[in-house]
Amino acid sequence: MTDVAFAAIDQRKVAVASQWQLVWWAFKRHRLAMIGLWVTAFFYLIAVIPGFFAINDPSQQNARAAYQPPQGLHFIDTAADGSWSFRPYFHPTTLKRDPQTLAAVHVPDTSRKIYVTMFGEGYEYSVLGVFSARTHLFVSSEARQPLFLLGADRLGRCVWSRIMQGTQISLSVGLVGVFLSLLLGIVLGGISGYYGGRIDFVIQRTIEFILALPTIPIWLAMAAALPQDWPATLNYFMITVILSLTGWAQLARVVRGRFLSLRTEEFVTAARLDGASEGRIIFRHMLPSFASHIIASITLAIPAMILAETSLSFLGLGLQPPTISWGVLLREAQNIRSIATAPWLFAPGIAVVIAVIALNFLGDGLRDAADPYNK
Amino acid sequence: MTVVDLSSRRADAAAAPPRAVLEVRDLVTHFPTRTGVVKAVDGVSFTVERGKTLCVVGESGSGKSVTARSILQIVDQPGRIVSGSMLLHRPDGSAVDLATLHPRGREIRAVRGAEIAMIFQEPMSSLSPVHTVGDQIMEVLLLHLRLSKKEARARTVELLRQVEIPHPDKAVDRYTFEFSGGMRQRVMIAMALACNPAMLIADEPTTALDVTTQAEILDLIKRLQQQHGMAVMFITHDMGVVAEIADEVLVMYHGKVMEAGPVDQIFHAPQNDYTKMLIGSVLKLEQKAEIRLKRAPLAEDAPSVIEIDNLKMHFGSPAAPIRAVDDVSLQVKAGETLGIVGESGSGKTTMGRCLLRIYQPTGGAMRYRKADGTVVDLVTADKETLKLCRREIRMIFQDPVGSLNPRMTVAQIIGEPLLVNGIAKGSELDDRVSVLMDQVGLNPDWRERYPHAFSGGQRQRIGIARAISLNPRVIVADEATSALDVSLRSQMLDLMMRLQDELKLSYVFISHDIGVIRYMCDRVSVMYQGRVVETGSTDQVCDAPQHAYTQALLSAIPRPDPRLRSMHKRHRYIA
Repeated sequence: MTDVAFAAIDQRKVAVASQWQLVWWAFKRHRLAMIGLWVTAFFYLIAVIPGFFAINDPSQQNARAAYQPPQGLHFIDTAADGSWSFRPYFHPTTLKRDPQTLAAVHVPDTSRKIYVTMFGEGYEYSVLGVFSARTHLFVSSEARQPLFLLGADRLGRCVWSRIMQGTQISLSVGLVGVFLSLLLGIVLGGISGYYGGRIDFVIQRTIEFILALPTIPIWLAMAAALPQDWPATLNYFMITVILSLTGWAQLARVVRGRFLSLRTEEFVTAARLDGASEGRIIFRHMLPSFASHIIASITLAIPAMILAETSLSFLGLGLQPPTISWGVLLREAQNIRSIATAPWLFAPGIAVVIAVIALNFLGDGLRDAADPYNK
Repeated sequence: MTVVDLSSRRADAAAAPPRAVLEVRDLVTHFPTRTGVVKAVDGVSFTVERGKTLCVVGESGSGKSVTARSILQIVDQPGRIVSGSMLLHRPDGSAVDLATLHPRGREIRAVRGAEIAMIFQEPMSSLSPVHTVGDQIMEVLLLHLRLSKKEARARTVELLRQVEIPHPDKAVDRYTFEFSGGMRQRVMIAMALACNPAMLIADEPTTALDVTTQAEILDLIKRLQQQHGMAVMFITHDMGVVAEIADEVLVMYHGKVMEAGPVDQIFHAPQNDYTKMLIGSVLKLEQKAEIRLKRAPLAEDAPSVIEIDNLKMHFGSPAAPIRAVDDVSLQVKAGETLGIVGESGSGKTTMGRCLLRIYQPTGGAMRYRKADGTVVDLVTADKETLKLCRREIRMIFQDPVGSLNPRMTVAQIIGEPLLVNGIAKGSELDDRVSVLMDQVGLNPDWRERYPHAFSGGQRQRIGIARAISLNPRVIVADEATSALDVSLRSQMLDLMMRLQDELKLSYVFISHDIGVIRYMCDRVSVMYQGRVVETGSTDQVCDAPQHAYTQALLSAIPRPDPRLRSMHKRHRYIA
């Protein structure tokens, strides 16, 4: 059915189109998946340069901004004479005490306008530890009146900036974790599927054992066993290892299944009769046939990793402050007081939901497009 | 071992007066795609009459199956009937236009199974594996005729008896996997007949079956048709079957009717060019190839390239092995084509795969005389020797789709043997591939294309180019033409014979189709249940078979000539 599916594309181009070209054409027709792709790409862009998208230094505490509610942005600036221009601004707030309850109240001062500068200078941040920069997507034009787009937390830290910073850790945990699972999954699944027999039996029983382990208690136990005095980077690495220890089993099964079905394909027999060596059969003939399936499986595995990291950190057993991840941020929203006084502390949860859904759409689209030859 | 003559068993019911059961006028069925409309059926008209058989014939993609499915409104999504009428005439004189009924409505459901029944090509997938045969037939009876359970069961047993299933009272409680392919198709027919339909649509019902089983099923349908006075619409691509059973023939091509008429006219006085081509290519396979007629006869004492002695290939436990190849001894002479013919399960494919040692034989010897005169036993050859021998013995596969890696370009596929054996690389490889493509009739400019850009026949040419790339001496061709349409088969065989002359090849040609064997082969061995029952020159085996099995096999093959109907004269072979 390849010819029907790609009827819109010039037949001469289809004739010389490689597997990846066909996959890409099939994928492009999947609109939700394309949206997922763009959103995911945008999230990973944030993960690479979170400082650029942040407004305030995510670790900067500000006693006057504790539980500061989100400050709305106004886009159209109307002057006194009735003329208007497109110029985003916000009203600064002043901290007051309620005379009866003595609770802190942030009152916007509507008489004053503070403009937002695009690509302005702000706090200094480092890009992937290589060089440092000061340019931000947007900053408050007055350094003494910071903009809290999504409000501030208990210690007056900017929630928006912390979400941006958390993107880096949360999304890379997914990527690194899946990469480790992939390594284990392909090697063990490949050995299992290609050689079969007793090796297959042992590996399959091991996989079944690992899948039978209740994941959350195991994660909790292993994360709790990590020494508290380890540096943040080592801690981060160990968390990804713990997450991937259970993730590889599913992937190994996928790889084994593909190997088993490919082993009996006639083109593999033909390659063997051509005199191709074992290595060439595996890497030249079999691997390209399921590479796209594997990429689809990986994409679907990343959201699970992100969710796992979020849950672990939320429960206080994953990454520890001052490391910033979405799960760590959500710990701020653990008690009823936060829900009542500062609902904006849930904003990292929305980031988790959007990232997971986008990755799932992307993975679904890839899975549907993965095999352009059998429709 | 007995031979049963079946000629006396043909029922001679008086034919009912011909009357139209179904009149189809200007049927159009479209499959809308994102970019346009595929006109699967494009203005087809025909009439099916009571007690008569209409054969719809055409090559793959001609729209014959979609036509049948349109009648019952079971066209796969997103296909739909666009226009036309399909008048179903009922015995009480009323008529209903099936094209106007809703595909999921009650009226069409009442027609399906009760008035028009259908049987499909693959009996395994059209029967439920988790219900007994009896349950499935009884369901039809309970739904349409509202019989009580007891009556339904009695009728089911009666139906199974009619379709000649042994011990129907026991078979009724069996599951479908306990039946063979032919028996399953009988069950499907019993189910189709359950409500005494006025019309039976049979969509390639015998394509998945062996010729001897096919003959039984055709005979059964014919007899039941005469008993019940049914109209039969029979869809097939096999012109032999058409000649054997049709009263009227409808030739389809690309969704259009090319020609319609009585069977004798279609075969002996075809008007349409496409029909002429189709009949011509079928008749061509009824005789020796012209290339072979021109050749000098092969010397009697030609040296043999391969001598197979007592080859055994057993599967399963050694205690109770399945003897797929059981004590086979054969010789392949230099420059000849040895045909291996047999039905499914006869071990012919396993034998071919043993020759290349894709399977490790259980016992016996395969002595291969190499180009330099040394003799190697392929059964015991070590890895290095085997690799060298596999350069000289090559294989052509049956499936032109599955045997080509879809992720490699044609040039890469054809060049792979040259590359991995270190014979050529770089621009030299490119030149060699171009020459090979030219040799098999493919345009060398297409070498950067991927297999999906080629038709079935072209893909098989790619497979042949890959096989000859190492200048082999022997080629094992396993059902090399059975996946191709009949009009392409003789072309492919002619190409293979031309290459045989150019490259001095020997072929081991494995096929179930006696037509291509007769066209192509010098000598033929007949296999049955893992053994070779007869070996001889093709003329002798085809015209004067010695073994009773060969006689039964040949008698079951329908001839593509309605004047030579011979099915009722066939023999049954019981070992």
